[in-house]
Amino acid sequence: MRYAMAVDTQKCVGCNDCVVACQTENDVPIGHCRDWIVEVTTGTYPDLGLEIRSERCNHCANAPCVRTCPTEASHYAAGGIVLVEEDECIGCKACITSCPYDARFIHPEGYVDKCTFCIHRVEKGQNPACVSVCPTHAMIFGNLDDPNSDISKAMATRKWKSLIPEAGTEPKVFYLL
Amino acid sequence: MNRREFIKIAGVGAGSLAFATPLFDFSKEEILAPDAHPGMYSKRTPTYCEICFWKCAGWVHTNDKGQIWKITGNNDDPHSNGRLCPRGTGGVGMYTDEDRLKTPLIRTGERGKQVFREATWDEAFTYIADGLKKIAEEHGPECVALFTHGSGGKYFGDLIKAYGSKNIAAPSYAQCRGPREVGFIATYGEGVQSPERVDIRDTRCLVLIGSHFGENMHNGPVQEIAQATGKGATIITVDPRFSTVASKSKFWLPIKPATDMALLLAWMHVIINEDLYDKEYIEKYAYGFEDLKAHVAQMTPEWAYGITTIKPEVIRETAREMANASPRVIVHPGRHVTWYGDDTQRLRAVAMLNALLGSWGRRGGYYYPAKVSFKSFPHPAFPKPARSWKDAFPGKYKLAGLALASGICDATVPSSERDCSFKGWIVNGTNLIHTLPNQENTLKAIDALDLMVVIDTMPMEITGYADVILPECTYLERYDNIRVGPHREPTIALRMPAAKPKYNTKPAWWMAKGIAEKMGLGHYFAWKDIEEKLEWELKQVGSSLEEMKRLGVKKFQRDDDDPLYPMEDLDDFEFYTNTGKIELYSTAMEDEGYDPLPKYTAHEEPPYGYYRLIYGRAPMHTFSRTANNPNLTDLMDENSVWVNPKVAQEWDLKNGQYLWLENQDGVVSKTPIKVRITERIRFDSVYMVHGFGHTNNKLTRAYGRGASDADLITKVHIDPVMGGTGMRGNFVTFRFEAGKELSS
Amino acid sequence: MIEEIITSGRMNPEIDPVLHVWGWEIPFYLFLGGLAAGILIFSAYFTLRGRQDELPIAVKWMPLSVPFLIGIGLISLLLDLSHILYAWQLFTNIRWESPMSWGAWTLLIITPLSIAWIAIWMEDIFPKWDWKFDEVKTVVKWLKEQRRILAQILILLSIILGMYTGILLSAFNARPFWNTSILGPLFLTSGLSASAALIAYFSKTELEKRLFTRIDIILIGIELFMIVHLFMGHLAGTQVHIQAAQMFLGGAYTVPFWTFVVGLGLLLPVSLELLELKHKFIPAIVPVVLIIAGNLALRFIVVSAGQASRWLY
Ligand SMILES: Nc1nc2c(c(=O)[nH]1)N[C@H]1C(S)=C(S)[C@@H](COP(=O)(O)OP(=O)(O)OC[C@H]3O[C@@H](n4cnc5c(=O)[nH]c(N)nc54)[C@H](O)[C@@H]3O)O[C@H]1N2
Ligand SMILES: Nc1nc2c(c(=O)[nH]1)N[C@H]1C(S)=C(S)[C@@H](COP(=O)(O)OP(=O)(O)OC[C@H]3O[C@@H](n4cnc5c(=O)[nH]c(N)nc54)[C@H](O)[C@@H]3O)O[C@H]1N2
Ligand code: SF4
Ligand code: SF4
Ligand code: SF4
Ligand code: SF4
Ligand code: SF4
Ligand SMILES: [Mo]
Repeated sequence: MRYAMAVDTQKCVGCNDCVVACQTENDVPIGHCRDWIVEVTTGTYPDLGLEIRSERCNHCANAPCVRTCPTEASHYAAGGIVLVEEDECIGCKACITSCPYDARFIHPEGYVDKCTFCIHRVEKGQNPACVSVCPTHAMIFGNLDDPNSDISKAMATRKWKSLIPEAGTEPKVFYLL
Repeated sequence: MNRREFIKIAGVGAGSLAFATPLFDFSKEEILAPDAHPGMYSKRTPTYCEICFWKCAGWVHTNDKGQIWKITGNNDDPHSNGRLCPRGTGGVGMYTDEDRLKTPLIRTGERGKQVFREATWDEAFTYIADGLKKIAEEHGPECVALFTHGSGGKYFGDLIKAYGSKNIAAPSYAQCRGPREVGFIATYGEGVQSPERVDIRDTRCLVLIGSHFGENMHNGPVQEIAQATGKGATIITVDPRFSTVASKSKFWLPIKPATDMALLLAWMHVIINEDLYDKEYIEKYAYGFEDLKAHVAQMTPEWAYGITTIKPEVIRETAREMANASPRVIVHPGRHVTWYGDDTQRLRAVAMLNALLGSWGRRGGYYYPAKVSFKSFPHPAFPKPARSWKDAFPGKYKLAGLALASGICDATVPSSERDCSFKGWIVNGTNLIHTLPNQENTLKAIDALDLMVVIDTMPMEITGYADVILPECTYLERYDNIRVGPHREPTIALRMPAAKPKYNTKPAWWMAKGIAEKMGLGHYFAWKDIEEKLEWELKQVGSSLEEMKRLGVKKFQRDDDDPLYPMEDLDDFEFYTNTGKIELYSTAMEDEGYDPLPKYTAHEEPPYGYYRLIYGRAPMHTFSRTANNPNLTDLMDENSVWVNPKVAQEWDLKNGQYLWLENQDGVVSKTPIKVRITERIRFDSVYMVHGFGHTNNKLTRAYGRGASDADLITKVHIDPVMGGTGMRGNFVTFRFEAGKELSS
Repeated sequence: MIEEIITSGRMNPEIDPVLHVWGWEIPFYLFLGGLAAGILIFSAYFTLRGRQDELPIAVKWMPLSVPFLIGIGLISLLLDLSHILYAWQLFTNIRWESPMSWGAWTLLIITPLSIAWIAIWMEDIFPKWDWKFDEVKTVVKWLKEQRRILAQILILLSIILGMYTGILLSAFNARPFWNTSILGPLFLTSGLSASAALIAYFSKTELEKRLFTRIDIILIGIELFMIVHLFMGHLAGTQVHIQAAQMFLGGAYTVPFWTFVVGLGLLLPVSLELLELKHKFIPAIVPVVLIIAGNLALRFIVVSAGQASRWLY
């Protein structure tokens, strides 16, 4: 089982709902965020393009944050979700410096925090909070190993990209183009 | 293994809880909300959202400590379809905001200086009752007006009706969608209403004129646009700015601002001249086609090109695109349409274009909404007021269907022409300082009042001018009236408290009833408490409070003889117009002395060195009301002024620098604003999001952050037909130091 | 024009708008680690060469400082930990892929060994020293017998420690500027150079002073060579590496790096040392202070610049 997420850049309007929903669902302290929105405008008026992406931890299959963590606080959990075990984290920030996506931050309580793919919901058969609120249904969550999952189908039929593939991290958040 | 099975199995692992309940709602292809599992969270309470007027129904979840944790959508609600927008999701911040109004306040200092003392509810009510009685005795109850934008308005409305006035105005009319309603009523005999009766879900082509969905985060249309484009619908967006939805559109028409009327007329020209219109439909339902044909005969795309800067071939191509999709095409009426003063006429043109395409009353066009016929708790008949606000404007705004907030404001400023000006205002849930254009005028009006009562949740600018401030608890802490909105199918929705009101705050119903009782008008509020009232009302429609607490939203059946798409399903149809037809040529407009067919008039252009000030929405904020919400300011805590790189170069502006804006009348923004250099805006305009630039320092997060467009809208282009306040005819330039007029 | 903005107002403190999670603690820790490693290497090496009596400062005296250097280093590392109550977790795992982990373990092992190493020399330095307890005396005696083995182990561990201070950084792919295998040797060399300079400063004999001055000159030469290599490597790399290098070649780090690290920290002291060898009078304190300062500056600048360099997407 390989959990993954796809964000449809054709549908995403950059409304930030996924960001607030994550914040309330996971009690992410105000002033911090596990997901965020990037808008890239290209061209010259009036020949313009706009790509909007909802970004978060990529749950890399080859995760440098897991590699550099001295305590195994950062680890792969079921389905390849990359998690941080609060009680094992010493707050050395090696993982933060090693994440090319700047997906992690120091929780005010001292440990390092980031997107969990809402494993507490996924375990109960629900979608992650951000996916479940998105008004445009721009996000798909599911199992890459299952060819019939919505995400596998989307990846098979749509053009997609991942972020900084050249960093060799093998991200599992994809952007449908 | 497919995803469903996988999720189920994953669920089994999580325990019997998940196993026992179906995890999927197959009809919606959605994994069920957490609430499908009883006991998983300690409690959920139904609500409908008050952050904007889409009024999405949802659930407030409280954690095991009874604290409000999160808000989610109600799957049965056609407004939200189980998903709230960012503002609704962030609604918890309205409750947790520690800057909230906490107790009734009575002014002790000069008006506007914000010196108040804390008062008991009884003191406050006595003060208000005495003030109202005095006005009634000295000037008559008609000299009191209610401004309201929000659920509690119903109760204060009943209060002032019982008192003897029917001057109830909402800024959502003359500052928002008034021209649209009038323009459509003049054409179809019916307005667009809210939620808009547009069948985006099933459309093949959606034309957006200024509507910036995706930033304008009205939940229904945003969801349905994604749904429709997913099914291959095309979008045509007309906007001088590269809006979010423009970036998702097949055609973006970067129009020169203030020239949309020319484009609309040229589109009609092409559709008529190329025989693209729905002949059968027009023949059957329309009145005045030949007049229209003659009217637009000269209005060629070439003519419009010179005005709009949109190339003729693009005008033709987009007209054909619409016609190809006809009748499943929507030329969207927009919502905030008070732009240039000829807005009713522009919206008439929109209505007429839709008629040519045969979209009204058709699937994928405009549907016929239905709502539950709802009886309110009985009360004695209200007294009949001798006068109304309209008497202040003889011969003007003849087609205004509702009271004008701006009009009441004008009629409050003492004038020798009137024998009586307004003397008392009750202001509920509307921050008039940011909401009405021409602040100076608003302040003049307030200055002339004998009594001003403000009911609000936050120490907003408007509360600073009040004599009495009544702190309302937030929508998460109170009951309100049942939501009875029109939609494809009739529904009702309940809002009930998810937590006890914080501080010494109270719901509107309790305040209105209390004041009424103080004034001897208690018999108009004959219910013991709100639960009794709601219980009675729900019983009339075959429901109960208990049922609604469980469901949140209840759906009803449409009547059989009331089809969703009457132009498809009925043989005959009579419109509520003078001719009983869709009036391309408006007899109602003609009767009142307005142009029966819309004309293009050129609007003033920015002087050299000035740029047209246009404004809009950011998806995570609502007007000025969310600017202090901790969750939402975390996403965006100030607005910026969008400037085209060419303009930035000319002025040597740097991205991120702060400056002031000064308008054509020499008025300078009260607060500085950050520059955003972006290709997404035309070189002749600047853009900013409305709702920032708060000047009340009790708003710790919003105070002084960003600038207010309202500060700079001093020139108002009034719509002669219905009194709408056109607000986009203001021009600004850059200034590198604060205005002198800035007070501490 | 390409405009890329984060519209969510993403504000994870110390991450946005630029990463700066590591302040002074980590570079200071790296500096002390490098210094300790350098001292131990010289001491052990010259012991193996049997020159302990010829080079008393290098072999016998300097190691006295090592436990303190490591101790202060560890304290600054701990100060940087934001979840410090869980610091013990460092020693419930051995994570070979994590330089942080093997650095911590190396330190854990090297600290007692360095104390053992000091014990060997205590009686040499302080002739009146008395271990008081017989048990201790037996252990020290045993240690003295194992001196060569201990020296070999120490050299190995110290090289690991010295390299580690650089490898810790180069393991972070995400920061292109650190993304070069030369950082390990560079930091090792610079640690050796700092300790050589200190030894030369403290040494009492002309022989020891001149030997370590000469060693230092060679080390600085190697360092300069590696710095040139570092930039050549980056410039031959991908766009992000070129951009990272450009921070030093015209960008924000140009002046501090070339002035403080290369100019004042390497070129000037190496010239002074050359003059010194030619018996020109140079106040002895000057080159050593410059070298130590340059050493610190190198680590501060490299740590900071690495966090400022990032992948583009
Ligand atoms: N997030 C969020 N959503 C909201 C609200 C909110 O406060 N916040 N408010 C709700 C309410 S009450 C309303 S009324 C609606 C308002 O939302 P809309 O009805 O969509 O408002 P407009 O005024 O049409 O939108 C502003 C857009 O008009 C463009 N524009 C400016 N001048 C011109 C012009 O001359 N011609 C054309 N074609 N376009 C022009 C601007 O560039 C901008 O993109 O939003 C609703 N939704
Ligand atoms: N310059 C400019 N002016 C505009 C617009 C614009 O875009 N630019 N938009 C226009 C449009 S489309 C509209 S619809 C109007 C909207 O106008 P308003 O509805 O007046 O907008 P807000 O600024 O949000 O003011 C809402 C007030 O209600 C208070 N409030 C919030 N919740 C509650 C509650 O539960 N109870 C009570 N009692 N009070 C509450 C808030 O604290 C705030 O003071 O503005 C119009 N005016
Ligand atoms: S909620 Fe959906 S549409 Fe909104 S920003 Fe997130 S992904 Fe995009
Ligand atoms: S995105 Fe960053 S934090 Fe997430 S798994 Fe990859 S490297 Fe680790
Ligand atoms: S900060 Fe915590 S999770 Fe990150 S590397 Fe250090 S111990 Fe591991
Ligand atoms: S999956 Fe969960 S934790 Fe991750 S961004 Fe979405 S809501 Fe936040
Ligand atoms: S659209 Fe958003 S803010 Fe408006 S009612 Fe719905 S959830 Fe609330
Ligand atoms: Mo509005």
